[in-house]
Amino acid sequence: MGLFGKIISKLTRTSNASAADWDELESALLGADLGPTLASKVVSTARSVKTDSAEDAVYQALLSALSTKSREISRAPSGPTVILVVGVNGTGKTTSSAKLAHYLTSQDEKVLLAAADTFRAAAVDQLLTWGERLDIDVVHGKENADPASVAFDAAQQVVAKEISFLVIDTAGRMHTKNDLMDQLGKVRRVIEKVVRVAEVLLVIDATTGQNGLIQAKVFAESVDLTGIILTKLDGSARGGIALAIESELGIPIKWVGTGENAKDFAPFDPQSYVRSLM
Amino acid sequence: MFDSLTQKFSSVLSSLRSRGKISQNDIEDTCQEIHQALLEADVALSVVTSFIDTIRERSLEVLPTLQSGTNQAQAIFEIINQTLVEILGAEARRISFAKTGPTVIMLAGLQGAGKTTMAGKLAKFYADQGNTPILVASDLQRPNAVTQLQVLGQSIGIPVFAPEPGNGRGDPVQVARDGVQFARVKLHNMVIVDTAGRLGVDESLMKEAAAIRDAIKPNEILFVVDAMIGQDAVRTSQAFLAGVGFDGVVLTKLDGDARGGAALSIVQVTERPIMFVSTGEKLADFDIFYPDRMASRILGMGDVATLAEQAKKAFDPDTAAKFETKYASGEDFTLEDFLEQMQAMSKMGSMTKMLAMLPGAGAMKKQLDNFDEREIVRTQAIVQSMTIAERRDPKILNGSRRARIAMGAGRTVTEVNSLVDRFSQAQKAMRQMRSGKMPAGLPPAMTGMGAGMGASRQQVMNVKKSKSGNPAKRAQQERG
Ligand SMILES: Nc1nc2c(ncn2[C@@H]2O[C@H](COP(=O)(O)OP(=O)(O)O)[C@@H](O)[C@H]2O)c(=O)[nH]1
Ligand SMILES: [Mg+2]
Repeated sequence: MGLFGKIISKLTRTSNASAADWDELESALLGADLGPTLASKVVSTARSVKTDSAEDAVYQALLSALSTKSREISRAPSGPTVILVVGVNGTGKTTSSAKLAHYLTSQDEKVLLAAADTFRAAAVDQLLTWGERLDIDVVHGKENADPASVAFDAAQQVVAKEISFLVIDTAGRMHTKNDLMDQLGKVRRVIEKVVRVAEVLLVIDATTGQNGLIQAKVFAESVDLTGIILTKLDGSARGGIALAIESELGIPIKWVGTGENAKDFAPFDPQSYVRSLM
Repeated sequence: MFDSLTQKFSSVLSSLRSRGKISQNDIEDTCQEIHQALLEADVALSVVTSFIDTIRERSLEVLPTLQSGTNQAQAIFEIINQTLVEILGAEARRISFAKTGPTVIMLAGLQGAGKTTMAGKLAKFYADQGNTPILVASDLQRPNAVTQLQVLGQSIGIPVFAPEPGNGRGDPVQVARDGVQFARVKLHNMVIVDTAGRLGVDESLMKEAAAIRDAIKPNEILFVVDAMIGQDAVRTSQAFLAGVGFDGVVLTKLDGDARGGAALSIVQVTERPIMFVSTGEKLADFDIFYPDRMASRILGMGDVATLAEQAKKAFDPDTAAKFETKYASGEDFTLEDFLEQMQAMSKMGSMTKMLAMLPGAGAMKKQLDNFDEREIVRTQAIVQSMTIAERRDPKILNGSRRARIAMGAGRTVTEVNSLVDRFSQAQKAMRQMRSGKMPAGLPPAMTGMGAGMGASRQQVMNVKKSKSGNPAKRAQQERG
């Protein structure tokens, strides 16, 4: 039984549900990290949905919080599609970059990875290990190299070799560090001297609380996010903060990570996510 | 979002302050706001509820014993803060060392929490205190976690025991056991064991962690947790407590702006103290845990303790004593005093940074962002272009005097005018303070700088528990 199973069965008919029942639902939503604003919005939407089934009402209310934007990869109209993977420290950027590259190769695309995390100790090695495992080439520079120059090299290579996808892993950075956020903007601008960046994906860890919303806002301001990768959904966290981000900022969740292996990765499916929440 | 919340919260407190007598309804309203604030800060719902109950109970108990309006609000704020500090732990506990043989510290936590970096930081912290730690690479799961630990160890000159390459190969239990043995033989007095990240729901990996524990019998198991974690903090910390057990908590990534309310949940639910915090990617970004600072942070009240510390350092006792004498003799606050205070504050370090630490800073974020450090330099230039008579009595500043001053300082007349205006405000504030209409704290030069800081002054004073040299505070104390 899902998170809200007990409550839903109490709310069998919306018309009979008591205020206390709805409060209980709201609590469950808060427990899933939707945050106070979205949780109360979902409850009031659910209460207003005209249906006999409470389950249906909650389901519809949750779905209505999601964006209607496409969750497909936005491919470059011509030339290589460049994907920049960004986020705060430890959310799963490197793992997700590798997984995404793997996903694309399994769709018979030619993919190149770039190790633009030149900061954290052994981060380049981490991506190189993934490259070996998955048999995908990884562009990298020397230790402490300028991340923009690594990204630039990689961009030139995908253009020259007509590789269809470039996935760039970047260093984790706190959105509160202005210099690091500026650096990210620079990475993007330098790449765009060669080829347009088609996707900038923010990696959000499902355990993240309300701070995720601020992270998304700040990253969106400095690099124009096009989507979210929600990781670590294999744990006990529900990842409701991604829902809050999508609902408030309209940045669609595009992928989910559900484990430490390359295959633990899939396009985000709103219906099944919402069902798993319930 | 946080800003608006901080604004709301500070406005509740200041509206409480401005009212004469606080009613039960006021307390109820305050509780509602705190409820909201704590949820936004990621405190677990169940913990929020019990916390609010305590606040309500304590406030209602104290309320009838209080008299004047300001004191009541202050008392309630104190209750909130005190209760939080109490739960977070009165003071930080330190590592308990082994009586014989090496002290063994094991790190455990979710993936990406920051265990490996933390291992390096702990090693450095204890090596700096004369210990001889080694690091043991028992995270054989995450690609190149072993390499990462080796690089860290090398950068701080700490030996790393890493017999296995990792990346899915090798037995972490064996590595941990051999690592401790190695330390024993080589007479290292401390062993820090890094382990793989694991989920609370992953039974087999939790069993593995327990097996490592049983093999090395650590003196301390530290649960490493990301300060940005949300409601899952409760489930995960319970799972680790049941699965491996832990003696203390380490909070990482506090250099971000997460409120860190999960800290409250974890301490409440597991009854284990937070011992250390990590505040950045560099190995020096590490500190012991201060419950009072965390309390302020969770409430969005700014780092009052740090500010008070800095303020104390910057205001030398002589200046304070001088002001005190002036006040006692009933002298007025002059432009010279104003300038002197501004200069003292510029000594406190970056003004904007300091202001941002103030409680209620959220409410004046705009002003903070627009605040220009060069303001002090400009003010100084203007004041110094005045004659002594003008400084003592700015009322004599007519148009032509102002024009002359502007010329002399290389500023515009408008700037001179605005300085005089702000000074008058500060002077007025100072007079009010003396007549007891306003709680005192920071020097009035600060109030004169355009930021409405009514809510903050009071709290800064509270942290300075020692009998302050501040004249207005003394006046307040004398009034009783
Ligand atoms: N359980 C689980 N762990 C993950 C997932 N994604 C990443 N991780 C782990 O989280 C940790 C941090 O990942 P990493 O990719 O190094 O994060 P980065 O610092 O953002 O690059 C590693 O231990 C990964 O194996 C996921 O979806 N589920
Ligand atoms: Mg990485």
